[in-house]
Amino acid sequence: MPSKIPHERTGFDRRQTLIGLAAGLMAAGWTSPVLALSNAAARHLIDQLVGDLNKIINSGGSKATMYREFENLFSKYADVPIIARSSLGVAWRRASAGQRRRYTAAFRGYMARKYGNRFREFIGGKIVVTGVHKVKSGYLVSSVAHLKGQAPFAVDWQVSDKSGKNKMFNLFIEGISLLATERTEVAAMLDKRRGNIDKLIRDLKTAS
Amino acid sequence: MKHSLPFVTTRPDRLRRLFLLVLPLTVGLAACAPQPRPSGINDPGETQNRRVHAFNTALDRAILKPASHSYMKVTPNPIARGASNLAANLSLPGVIANDLLQLKLGDATSNTLRLALNSTFGIAGLIDVASQNGLAQRDTDFGQTLQVWGVGEGAYVELPILGPSTQRDALGTVVDFAADPLRRLLTGPRRYISPVAHALKKLEDRDTYASTVDSILYDSADSYAQARLLYLQSRRSKLYGGVSAADLEDPYAQ
Repeated sequence: MPSKIPHERTGFDRRQTLIGLAAGLMAAGWTSPVLALSNAAARHLIDQLVGDLNKIINSGGSKATMYREFENLFSKYADVPIIARSSLGVAWRRASAGQRRRYTAAFRGYMARKYGNRFREFIGGKIVVTGVHKVKSGYLVSSVAHLKGQAPFAVDWQVSDKSGKNKMFNLFIEGISLLATERTEVAAMLDKRRGNIDKLIRDLKTAS
Repeated sequence: MKHSLPFVTTRPDRLRRLFLLVLPLTVGLAACAPQPRPSGINDPGETQNRRVHAFNTALDRAILKPASHSYMKVTPNPIARGASNLAANLSLPGVIANDLLQLKLGDATSNTLRLALNSTFGIAGLIDVASQNGLAQRDTDFGQTLQVWGVGEGAYVELPILGPSTQRDALGTVVDFAADPLRRLLTGPRRYISPVAHALKKLEDRDTYASTVDSILYDSADSYAQARLLYLQSRRSKLYGGVSAADLEDPYAQ
Protein backbone atom coordinates (compact mmCIF):
# COMPACT_ATOMS: atom_id res chain seq x y z
CA MET A 1 0.00 0.00 0.00
CA PRO A 2 2.66 2.59 0.95
CA SER A 3 4.21 2.22 -2.49
CA LYS A 4 0.98 3.52 -3.98
CA ILE A 5 1.29 6.92 -2.42
CA PRO A 6 4.20 8.24 -4.48
CA HIS A 7 2.36 7.15 -7.64
CA GLU A 8 -0.70 8.98 -6.53
CA ARG A 9 1.31 12.02 -5.82
CA THR A 10 2.95 11.87 -9.23
CA GLY A 11 -0.46 11.44 -10.80
CA PHE A 12 -1.70 14.44 -8.97
CA ASP A 13 1.25 16.54 -10.11
CA ARG A 14 0.79 15.42 -13.69
CA ARG A 15 -2.88 16.18 -13.52
CA GLN A 16 -2.15 19.63 -12.20
CA THR A 17 0.32 20.23 -14.98
CA LEU A 18 -2.19 19.06 -17.56
CA ILE A 19 -4.93 21.24 -16.13
CA GLY A 20 -2.56 24.18 -16.14
CA LEU A 21 -1.58 23.45 -19.71
CA ALA A 22 -5.19 23.11 -20.81
CA ALA A 23 -6.14 26.33 -19.05
CA GLY A 24 -3.24 28.08 -20.74
CA LEU A 25 -4.23 26.79 -24.15
CA MET A 26 -7.84 27.77 -23.60
CA ALA A 27 -6.76 31.21 -22.48
CA ALA A 28 -4.72 31.48 -25.67
CA GLY A 29 -7.90 30.77 -27.62
CA TRP A 30 -6.68 27.41 -28.84
CA THR A 31 -9.78 25.35 -29.59
CA SER A 32 -8.74 22.82 -32.21
CA PRO A 33 -10.55 19.51 -31.69
CA VAL A 34 -7.57 17.32 -32.65
CA LEU A 35 -6.57 16.09 -29.21
CA ALA A 36 -9.78 14.43 -28.11
CA LEU A 37 -13.10 13.68 -29.67
CA SER A 38 -15.64 16.29 -28.71
CA ASN A 39 -19.20 17.00 -29.69
CA ALA A 40 -17.97 19.43 -32.30
CA ALA A 41 -15.35 17.04 -33.71
CA ALA A 42 -17.85 14.19 -34.02
CA ARG A 43 -20.29 16.44 -35.79
CA HIS A 44 -17.56 17.82 -38.02
CA LEU A 45 -16.61 14.29 -39.13
CA ILE A 46 -20.18 13.42 -40.09
CA ASP A 47 -20.69 16.85 -41.71
CA GLN A 48 -17.76 16.05 -43.99
CA LEU A 49 -18.87 12.46 -44.59
CA VAL A 50 -22.40 13.57 -45.46
CA GLY A 51 -21.03 16.34 -47.67
CA ASP A 52 -18.97 13.80 -49.64
CA LEU A 53 -21.92 11.39 -49.71
CA ASN A 54 -24.26 14.06 -51.08
CA LYS A 55 -21.66 14.82 -53.76
CA ILE A 56 -21.38 11.17 -54.80
CA ILE A 57 -25.12 10.49 -54.96
CA ASN A 58 -25.70 13.57 -57.08
CA SER A 59 -22.67 13.17 -59.33
CA GLY A 60 -24.54 11.11 -61.91
CA GLY A 61 -21.62 8.67 -62.03
CA SER A 62 -21.94 5.06 -63.22
CA LYS A 63 -22.60 2.22 -60.78
CA ALA A 64 -18.97 1.07 -60.89
CA THR A 65 -17.66 4.60 -60.33
CA MET A 66 -19.98 5.06 -57.39
CA TYR A 67 -18.90 1.76 -55.78
CA ARG A 68 -15.30 2.92 -55.98
CA GLU A 69 -16.22 6.27 -54.50
CA PHE A 70 -18.19 4.62 -51.70
CA GLU A 71 -15.26 2.35 -50.90
CA ASN A 72 -12.99 5.41 -50.67
CA LEU A 73 -15.59 7.17 -48.55
CA PHE A 74 -15.81 4.26 -46.10
CA SER A 75 -12.02 3.94 -45.94
CA LYS A 76 -11.70 7.63 -45.20
CA TYR A 77 -14.43 8.04 -42.60
CA ALA A 78 -15.32 4.60 -41.24
CA ASP A 79 -13.35 2.27 -38.99
CA VAL A 80 -13.76 -0.65 -41.40
CA PRO A 81 -11.52 -3.06 -39.40
CA ILE A 82 -13.65 -2.76 -36.25
CA ILE A 83 -16.89 -3.07 -38.27
CA ALA A 84 -15.49 -6.17 -39.98
CA ARG A 85 -14.37 -7.69 -36.67
CA SER A 86 -17.76 -7.03 -35.08
CA SER A 87 -19.61 -8.49 -38.08
CA LEU A 88 -17.76 -11.81 -37.74
CA GLY A 89 -18.92 -12.07 -34.12
CA VAL A 90 -17.52 -14.93 -32.04
CA ALA A 91 -15.92 -16.52 -35.11
CA TRP A 92 -13.35 -13.68 -35.08
CA ARG A 93 -11.75 -15.29 -32.03
CA ARG A 94 -10.93 -18.54 -33.81
CA ALA A 95 -9.87 -16.86 -37.08
CA SER A 96 -6.13 -16.86 -37.85
CA ALA A 97 -4.25 -13.60 -38.43
CA GLY A 98 -4.28 -14.25 -42.18
CA GLN A 99 -7.99 -15.02 -42.20
CA ARG A 100 -8.69 -11.87 -40.23
CA ARG A 101 -6.73 -9.79 -42.75
CA ARG A 102 -8.40 -11.36 -45.79
CA TYR A 103 -11.82 -11.20 -44.19
CA THR A 104 -11.42 -7.48 -43.45
CA ALA A 105 -10.35 -6.80 -47.05
CA ALA A 106 -13.30 -8.78 -48.46
CA PHE A 107 -15.67 -7.08 -46.05
CA ARG A 108 -14.48 -3.64 -47.18
CA GLY A 109 -15.58 -4.32 -50.75
CA TYR A 110 -18.80 -6.02 -49.67
CA MET A 111 -19.75 -3.04 -47.50
CA ALA A 112 -19.06 -0.58 -50.33
CA ARG A 113 -21.24 -2.58 -52.76
CA LYS A 114 -24.08 -3.22 -50.35
CA TYR A 115 -24.32 0.21 -48.76
CA GLY A 116 -23.39 1.80 -52.08
CA ASN A 117 -26.55 0.19 -53.45
CA ARG A 118 -28.60 1.54 -50.54
CA PHE A 119 -27.16 5.01 -50.91
CA ARG A 120 -27.71 4.91 -54.67
CA GLU A 121 -31.42 5.01 -53.82
CA PHE A 122 -30.68 8.41 -52.30
CA ILE A 123 -29.85 9.82 -55.77
CA GLY A 124 -31.32 13.29 -56.13
CA GLY A 125 -31.81 13.45 -52.37
CA LYS A 126 -29.95 15.10 -49.56
CA ILE A 127 -28.81 14.25 -46.04
CA VAL A 128 -28.73 17.01 -43.44
CA VAL A 129 -26.90 16.72 -40.11
CA THR A 130 -29.22 17.83 -37.31
CA GLY A 131 -27.49 17.21 -34.00
CA VAL A 132 -25.01 15.33 -31.85
CA HIS A 133 -24.98 13.96 -28.36
CA LYS A 134 -22.60 12.08 -26.11
CA VAL A 135 -23.36 8.42 -25.48
CA LYS A 136 -21.51 5.73 -23.55
CA SER A 137 -19.67 4.40 -26.61
CA GLY A 138 -18.69 7.82 -28.00
CA TYR A 139 -20.98 10.14 -29.90
CA LEU A 140 -24.21 9.75 -31.79
CA VAL A 141 -24.62 12.18 -34.68
CA SER A 142 -28.17 12.53 -36.01
CA SER A 143 -29.10 13.39 -39.55
CA VAL A 144 -32.21 13.35 -41.69
CA ALA A 145 -32.43 12.02 -45.24
CA HIS A 146 -34.70 13.98 -47.55
CA LEU A 147 -35.48 11.88 -50.60
CA LYS A 148 -37.69 12.80 -53.49
CA GLY A 149 -41.31 11.76 -52.99
CA GLN A 150 -40.68 10.22 -49.58
CA ALA A 151 -41.25 11.30 -46.02
CA PRO A 152 -37.92 12.34 -44.44
CA PHE A 153 -36.29 9.65 -42.29
CA ALA A 154 -33.56 9.46 -39.67
CA VAL A 155 -29.96 8.37 -40.30
CA ASP A 156 -27.80 8.21 -37.15
CA TRP A 157 -24.04 7.74 -37.00
CA GLN A 158 -21.95 6.38 -34.12
CA VAL A 159 -18.53 8.00 -33.87
CA SER A 160 -15.54 7.09 -31.71
CA ASP A 161 -11.84 7.94 -31.45
CA LYS A 162 -10.88 4.64 -29.86
CA SER A 163 -9.10 3.54 -33.05
CA GLY A 164 -6.72 6.48 -32.62
CA LYS A 165 -8.60 8.58 -35.14
CA ASN A 166 -12.09 10.01 -35.24
CA LYS A 167 -14.07 7.40 -37.16
CA MET A 168 -17.64 6.37 -37.80
CA PHE A 169 -18.20 2.75 -36.75
CA ASN A 170 -21.94 2.22 -36.98
CA LEU A 171 -24.90 3.72 -38.74
CA PHE A 172 -28.64 3.45 -38.22
CA ILE A 173 -31.06 3.92 -41.09
CA GLU A 174 -34.51 4.43 -39.55
CA GLY A 175 -33.25 2.79 -36.40
CA ILE A 176 -31.79 -0.25 -38.19
CA SER A 177 -28.21 -0.87 -37.07
CA LEU A 178 -25.54 -1.70 -39.62
CA LEU A 179 -23.51 -3.67 -37.06
CA ALA A 180 -26.52 -5.78 -36.02
CA THR A 181 -27.60 -6.29 -39.65
CA GLU A 182 -24.16 -7.43 -40.78
CA ARG A 183 -23.60 -9.66 -37.77
CA THR A 184 -26.89 -11.42 -38.58
CA GLU A 185 -25.98 -11.67 -42.24
CA VAL A 186 -22.42 -12.93 -41.75
CA ALA A 187 -23.55 -15.44 -39.09
CA ALA A 188 -26.09 -16.85 -41.55
CA MET A 189 -23.49 -16.99 -44.34
CA LEU A 190 -21.07 -18.78 -42.04
CA ASP A 191 -23.79 -21.24 -40.95
CA LYS A 192 -24.53 -22.11 -44.56
CA ARG A 193 -20.83 -22.85 -45.08
CA ARG A 194 -20.67 -25.01 -41.95
CA GLY A 195 -18.47 -22.51 -40.16
CA ASN A 196 -15.78 -22.50 -42.85
CA ILE A 197 -14.22 -19.03 -42.69
CA ASP A 198 -12.20 -19.46 -45.91
CA LYS A 199 -15.35 -20.24 -47.89
CA LEU A 200 -17.05 -17.27 -46.26
CA ILE A 201 -14.21 -14.95 -47.33
CA ARG A 202 -14.30 -16.32 -50.88
CA ASP A 203 -18.05 -15.72 -51.23
CA LEU A 204 -18.01 -12.37 -49.47
CA LYS A 205 -15.78 -11.06 -52.27
CA THR A 206 -18.71 -11.15 -54.67
CA ALA A 207 -21.63 -10.70 -52.24
CA SER A 208 -23.56 -7.46 -52.07
CA MET B 1 -63.69 21.93 -43.37
CA LYS B 2 -67.33 21.23 -42.74
CA HIS B 3 -67.73 18.18 -44.92
CA SER B 4 -64.66 16.54 -43.47
CA LEU B 5 -66.20 16.48 -40.04
CA PRO B 6 -68.23 13.30 -40.50
CA PHE B 7 -64.98 11.50 -41.17
CA VAL B 8 -63.57 12.25 -37.79
CA THR B 9 -66.72 11.88 -35.76
CA THR B 10 -66.92 8.29 -34.70
CA ARG B 11 -70.49 7.12 -34.45
CA PRO B 12 -71.65 6.10 -30.99
CA ASP B 13 -72.20 2.46 -31.91
CA ARG B 14 -68.76 2.22 -33.52
CA LEU B 15 -67.27 3.78 -30.48
CA ARG B 16 -69.04 1.36 -28.19
CA ARG B 17 -67.92 -1.59 -30.22
CA LEU B 18 -64.35 -0.30 -30.24
CA PHE B 19 -64.41 0.05 -26.49
CA LEU B 20 -65.86 -3.43 -26.05
CA LEU B 21 -63.05 -4.73 -28.17
CA VAL B 22 -60.23 -2.99 -26.39
CA LEU B 23 -61.51 -2.55 -22.86
CA PRO B 24 -60.54 -6.01 -21.57
CA LEU B 25 -57.09 -5.43 -22.97
CA THR B 26 -56.58 -2.07 -21.35
CA VAL B 27 -57.82 -3.31 -18.02
CA GLY B 28 -55.70 -6.41 -18.22
CA LEU B 29 -52.54 -5.00 -19.71
CA ALA B 30 -52.38 -1.27 -19.18
CA ALA B 31 -52.64 -2.01 -15.48
CA CYS B 32 -49.03 -3.13 -15.74
CA ALA B 33 -47.93 0.53 -16.12
CA PRO B 34 -45.71 1.74 -18.99
CA GLN B 35 -43.65 -1.09 -20.40
CA PRO B 36 -39.89 -0.63 -20.76
CA ARG B 37 -38.52 -0.54 -24.29
CA PRO B 38 -38.02 -4.12 -25.46
CA SER B 39 -34.69 -5.20 -26.87
CA GLY B 40 -33.41 -8.35 -28.48
CA ILE B 41 -35.53 -10.92 -30.26
CA ASN B 42 -38.46 -12.81 -28.77
CA ASP B 43 -39.47 -15.38 -31.36
CA PRO B 44 -40.82 -18.58 -29.76
CA GLY B 45 -42.84 -19.41 -32.90
CA GLU B 46 -39.84 -19.30 -35.21
CA THR B 47 -40.53 -22.64 -36.89
CA GLN B 48 -44.06 -21.66 -37.86
CA ASN B 49 -42.95 -18.11 -38.73
CA ARG B 50 -40.31 -19.45 -41.09
CA ARG B 51 -42.99 -21.46 -42.89
CA VAL B 52 -45.08 -18.31 -43.34
CA HIS B 53 -41.98 -16.46 -44.50
CA ALA B 54 -41.31 -19.08 -47.17
CA PHE B 55 -44.92 -18.68 -48.32
CA ASN B 56 -44.67 -14.87 -48.37
CA THR B 57 -41.40 -14.99 -50.28
CA ALA B 58 -42.86 -17.38 -52.85
CA LEU B 59 -45.86 -15.07 -53.19
CA ASP B 60 -43.59 -12.09 -53.74
CA ARG B 61 -41.55 -13.92 -56.34
CA ALA B 62 -44.56 -15.24 -58.24
CA ILE B 63 -46.97 -12.31 -58.00
CA LEU B 64 -46.10 -9.15 -56.11
CA LYS B 65 -42.69 -8.46 -57.62
CA PRO B 66 -43.62 -9.04 -61.30
CA ALA B 67 -47.01 -7.34 -60.86
CA SER B 68 -45.47 -4.27 -59.25
CA HIS B 69 -42.94 -4.04 -62.04
CA SER B 70 -45.59 -4.26 -64.77
CA TYR B 71 -47.91 -1.88 -62.93
CA MET B 72 -45.28 0.85 -62.71
CA LYS B 73 -44.24 0.23 -66.30
CA VAL B 74 -47.70 0.74 -67.79
CA THR B 75 -49.00 3.35 -65.37
CA PRO B 76 -48.09 6.99 -65.94
CA ASN B 77 -46.38 8.37 -62.85
CA PRO B 78 -49.03 10.94 -61.91
CA ILE B 79 -51.72 8.24 -61.94
CA ALA B 80 -49.74 5.87 -59.70
CA ARG B 81 -49.01 8.81 -57.41
CA GLY B 82 -52.71 9.68 -57.38
CA ALA B 83 -53.66 6.16 -56.29
CA SER B 84 -51.06 6.22 -53.49
CA ASN B 85 -52.22 9.65 -52.34
CA LEU B 86 -55.80 8.45 -52.35
CA ALA B 87 -54.89 5.43 -50.22
CA ALA B 88 -53.04 7.64 -47.74
CA ASN B 89 -55.96 10.06 -47.58
CA LEU B 90 -58.48 7.29 -47.04
CA SER B 91 -56.42 5.95 -44.14
CA LEU B 92 -56.47 9.33 -42.39
CA PRO B 93 -59.79 8.97 -40.49
CA GLY B 94 -58.38 5.85 -38.81
CA VAL B 95 -55.04 7.57 -38.18
CA ILE B 96 -56.79 10.55 -36.58
CA ALA B 97 -58.88 8.22 -34.40
CA ASN B 98 -55.62 6.65 -33.16
CA ASP B 99 -54.06 10.10 -32.59
CA LEU B 100 -57.01 10.88 -30.33
CA LEU B 101 -56.81 7.53 -28.52
CA GLN B 102 -53.14 8.33 -27.81
CA LEU B 103 -54.09 11.87 -26.76
CA LYS B 104 -51.71 13.29 -29.39
CA LEU B 105 -53.79 16.36 -30.08
CA GLY B 106 -51.12 18.09 -32.16
CA ASP B 107 -50.94 15.13 -34.56
CA ALA B 108 -54.73 14.85 -34.59
CA THR B 109 -55.06 18.50 -35.56
CA SER B 110 -52.33 18.31 -38.18
CA ASN B 111 -53.77 15.15 -39.75
CA THR B 112 -57.32 16.58 -39.68
CA LEU B 113 -56.06 19.63 -41.53
CA ARG B 114 -54.37 17.31 -44.03
CA LEU B 115 -57.59 15.40 -44.53
CA ALA B 116 -59.52 18.64 -45.06
CA LEU B 117 -56.99 20.11 -47.52
CA ASN B 118 -56.46 16.96 -49.54
CA SER B 119 -60.15 16.03 -49.66
CA THR B 120 -61.04 19.45 -51.09
CA PHE B 121 -58.17 21.16 -52.94
CA GLY B 122 -56.52 17.80 -53.47
CA ILE B 123 -59.54 16.47 -55.40
CA ALA B 124 -60.80 13.79 -53.02
CA GLY B 125 -57.24 12.98 -52.00
CA LEU B 126 -55.68 12.33 -55.42
CA ILE B 127 -53.19 15.16 -54.93
CA ASP B 128 -51.25 15.55 -51.70
CA VAL B 129 -51.65 19.32 -51.42
CA ALA B 130 -50.91 19.21 -47.71
CA SER B 131 -47.42 17.69 -48.08
CA GLN B 132 -46.63 20.19 -50.82
CA ASN B 133 -47.34 22.86 -48.23
CA GLY B 134 -45.18 21.36 -45.53
CA LEU B 135 -47.89 19.37 -43.77
CA ALA B 136 -46.46 15.85 -43.99
CA GLN B 137 -48.47 12.84 -42.82
CA ARG B 138 -47.79 11.78 -39.26
CA ASP B 139 -48.56 8.11 -39.42
CA THR B 140 -49.76 6.00 -36.57
CA ASP B 141 -51.85 2.88 -36.03
CA PHE B 142 -53.62 0.94 -33.33
CA GLY B 143 -50.47 -1.05 -32.59
CA GLN B 144 -48.90 2.22 -31.47
CA THR B 145 -52.03 3.12 -29.52
CA LEU B 146 -51.68 -0.17 -27.63
CA GLN B 147 -48.02 0.63 -26.94
CA VAL B 148 -48.97 4.08 -25.63
CA TRP B 149 -51.50 2.40 -23.36
CA GLY B 150 -48.80 0.22 -21.89
CA VAL B 151 -49.35 -3.04 -23.77
CA GLY B 152 -46.14 -5.04 -24.18
CA GLU B 153 -44.71 -5.91 -27.58
CA GLY B 154 -45.34 -9.65 -27.33
CA ALA B 155 -43.64 -12.21 -29.54
CA TYR B 156 -42.47 -11.63 -33.08
CA VAL B 157 -44.80 -13.06 -35.74
CA GLU B 158 -44.70 -13.13 -39.50
CA LEU B 159 -48.24 -12.84 -40.86
CA PRO B 160 -49.31 -14.38 -44.16
CA ILE B 161 -49.34 -11.72 -46.94
CA LEU B 162 -48.95 -8.85 -44.44
CA GLY B 163 -45.43 -9.86 -43.41
CA PRO B 164 -43.40 -9.10 -40.25
CA SER B 165 -45.29 -8.05 -37.12
CA THR B 166 -45.50 -8.62 -33.38
CA GLN B 167 -48.42 -9.93 -31.35
CA ARG B 168 -49.26 -6.37 -30.32
CA ASP B 169 -48.98 -4.99 -33.85
CA ALA B 170 -50.96 -7.89 -35.31
CA LEU B 171 -53.81 -7.14 -32.90
CA GLY B 172 -53.47 -3.47 -33.87
CA THR B 173 -53.79 -4.35 -37.56
CA VAL B 174 -56.97 -6.34 -36.91
CA VAL B 175 -58.53 -3.51 -34.89
CA ASP B 176 -57.50 -0.86 -37.45
CA PHE B 177 -59.16 -2.91 -40.16
CA ALA B 178 -62.32 -3.78 -38.20
CA ALA B 179 -62.87 -0.35 -36.69
CA ASP B 180 -61.95 1.79 -39.71
CA PRO B 181 -64.43 4.72 -39.55
CA LEU B 182 -64.46 4.78 -43.35
CA ARG B 183 -66.20 1.45 -43.70
CA ARG B 184 -69.49 2.89 -42.54
CA LEU B 185 -69.25 5.86 -44.86
CA LEU B 186 -68.39 4.16 -48.10
CA THR B 187 -71.06 1.64 -48.99
CA GLY B 188 -72.08 -0.16 -52.18
CA PRO B 189 -69.44 -0.32 -54.90
CA ARG B 190 -67.65 2.63 -53.30
CA ARG B 191 -66.45 0.36 -50.51
CA TYR B 192 -63.92 -1.12 -52.92
CA ILE B 193 -62.19 2.23 -53.43
CA SER B 194 -60.04 1.99 -50.34
CA PRO B 195 -58.84 -1.64 -50.71
CA VAL B 196 -58.05 -1.08 -54.39
CA ALA B 197 -56.15 2.15 -53.68
CA HIS B 198 -54.20 0.39 -50.93
CA ALA B 199 -53.37 -2.54 -53.19
CA LEU B 200 -52.08 -0.13 -55.87
CA LYS B 201 -50.04 1.73 -53.25
CA LYS B 202 -48.54 -1.60 -52.18
CA LEU B 203 -47.56 -2.27 -55.80
CA GLU B 204 -45.97 1.14 -56.16
CA ASP B 205 -44.04 0.78 -52.90
CA ARG B 206 -42.76 -2.66 -53.85
CA ASP B 207 -41.38 -1.23 -57.10
CA THR B 208 -40.00 1.98 -55.56
CA TYR B 209 -38.04 0.03 -52.96
CA ALA B 210 -37.32 -2.89 -55.28
CA SER B 211 -33.56 -2.82 -54.76
CA THR B 212 -33.82 -2.87 -50.96
CA VAL B 213 -36.60 -5.46 -50.84
CA ASP B 214 -34.83 -7.72 -53.34
CA SER B 215 -31.61 -7.42 -51.39
CA ILE B 216 -33.35 -8.57 -48.20
CA LEU B 217 -35.53 -11.30 -49.70
CA TYR B 218 -33.22 -12.73 -52.35
CA ASP B 219 -29.62 -11.67 -51.68
CA SER B 220 -29.28 -12.19 -47.95
CA ALA B 221 -28.12 -15.49 -46.50
CA ASP B 222 -31.11 -15.71 -44.15
CA SER B 223 -33.89 -13.46 -45.34
CA TYR B 224 -36.14 -14.46 -42.46
CA ALA B 225 -33.62 -13.30 -39.84
CA GLN B 226 -32.93 -10.10 -41.79
CA ALA B 227 -36.62 -9.22 -42.16
CA ARG B 228 -37.18 -9.90 -38.45
CA LEU B 229 -34.29 -7.69 -37.34
CA LEU B 230 -35.26 -4.90 -39.73
CA TYR B 231 -38.87 -4.93 -38.63
CA LEU B 232 -38.15 -4.98 -34.90
CA GLN B 233 -35.47 -2.29 -35.00
CA SER B 234 -37.34 0.14 -37.23
CA ARG B 235 -40.64 -0.41 -35.46
CA ARG B 236 -39.09 0.12 -32.02
CA SER B 237 -37.32 3.20 -33.30
CA LYS B 238 -40.68 4.61 -34.39
CA LEU B 239 -42.60 3.67 -31.25
CA TYR B 240 -39.99 4.52 -28.65
CA GLY B 241 -38.41 7.54 -30.34
CA GLY B 242 -35.17 6.84 -32.18
CA VAL B 243 -32.18 4.61 -31.58
CA SER B 244 -32.15 2.86 -28.20
CA ALA B 245 -29.28 2.77 -25.74
CA ALA B 246 -29.27 -1.03 -26.06
CA ASP B 247 -28.57 -0.77 -29.79
CA LEU B 248 -25.67 1.63 -29.28
CA GLU B 249 -23.10 -1.10 -28.94
CA ASP B 250 -19.42 -0.56 -28.37
CA PRO B 251 -17.40 -2.98 -30.50
CA TYR B 252 -14.14 -1.49 -29.15
CA ALA B 253 -15.02 -2.81 -25.71
CA GLN B 254 -15.61 -6.38 -26.91
